[in-house]
Amino acid sequence: MASRMLWASRAASHLRISVFHRGFSTVLKDLHYAESHEWVKVDGKSATVGITDHAQDHLGDVVYVELPDVGAEVKQGEGFGAVESVKASSEVYSPVSGKVVEVNEELKESPALVNSHPFESGWFIKVEMNDAGELKNLLKPEEYSKLCDEENSSH
Amino acid sequence: MMNIMRFKGLPILQQLHIEEQLLRTSSDNWCIINDGTCDPTIVMGVSGKPAELLEIESVLRDQVPVIRRFTGGGTVIVDCGTIFVTFICNKEAVSDLQPYPRPIMSWSGLLYSKVFQGIGDFHLRENDYVFGNHKFGGNAQSITKSRWIHHTSFLWDFDVRNMSYLKLPKRAPAYRFARGHLDFICRMKDYMPRSTFIDKTVEAASTQFSLRSFELEEIETLSETESNPSTRLLSAEELEADVIAGR
Repeated sequence: MASRMLWASRAASHLRISVFHRGFSTVLKDLHYAESHEWVKVDGKSATVGITDHAQDHLGDVVYVELPDVGAEVKQGEGFGAVESVKASSEVYSPVSGKVVEVNEELKESPALVNSHPFESGWFIKVEMNDAGELKNLLKPEEYSKLCDEENSSH
Repeated sequence: MMNIMRFKGLPILQQLHIEEQLLRTSSDNWCIINDGTCDPTIVMGVSGKPAELLEIESVLRDQVPVIRRFTGGGTVIVDCGTIFVTFICNKEAVSDLQPYPRPIMSWSGLLYSKVFQGIGDFHLRENDYVFGNHKFGGNAQSITKSRWIHHTSFLWDFDVRNMSYLKLPKRAPAYRFARGHLDFICRMKDYMPRSTFIDKTVEAASTQFSLRSFELEEIETLSETESNPSTRLLSAEELEADVIAGR
């Protein structure tokens, strides 16, 4: 847990963003979040998408990531791929709509990056957004933290 | 409420198509039991690579069908000695159950502990059902935003010759200790009659859900809904191409 906090602080410092320190999963500020546990980092019309620390922790060791082709269209709230962790294939949902302009090829050889660096090198796709207004449908960091707390306390 | 459908000898490809469709298009909870499948068939998980997992030459020579299914997990060879049990649930179906792999796996282990109470040192070990340290049931799951499926192939009996089509997997549970197939698995028939297992499984499910029997014809209207299952039979050309790609 302490090493995870240290990693989060270093990652945050590198990305020049601030971070919530929580007892459970890491939640980074300056990102938007979906209720289905994906994050999105927006830079103009470009959006980078991955799954959160909470998600990777609950899924277990990731052994395979299924990604769309470059050029594919994605829609907010709709599935664009899947993460396989040992026995389970879990669908992942796009937090934004637009065209996939890049996929993380590193995940083919190193799917465990999703576990070790979910907000950095474990990213899934980059999307050229066609409607930035959709971001208002996503959760702010503090709202997402609350969702994770509620999930963690419900069992 | 849970709908229950029972089959005997339904082809495994058809079973998997039904399951994938129910997961994606139904809003009900389902239990599917298929008592054996007709022809020996290899079933790989969603990311399975044939060249890594199968003895392709003998698979092609003997024309053993190879299916890639929509759920995660490993490779099995199934036949009339395999009993399949599947649960497809909405995420709220089991109270306080988080829709993630490990909680679902634990829930299933508790359910089957009622089935095998007092029999053969049953437990869930890593992600397998075992008697002692011998596996007799393999699991796989698929999880969506609002639903999940957990399905199991139980080795009530198996043909030793069929195991020769499977390579030793690179990813294996720690408790396997690099044992070959025949030292790792065991037959459920040495512990429980076939019909007793099925009856006790239905009974265990009925302690958590009200069960309503369904026939296949009643759900065939589902096929009117657009269905594009990802589970499919791999062609001989695809199997050969995978071998060449791996060289």
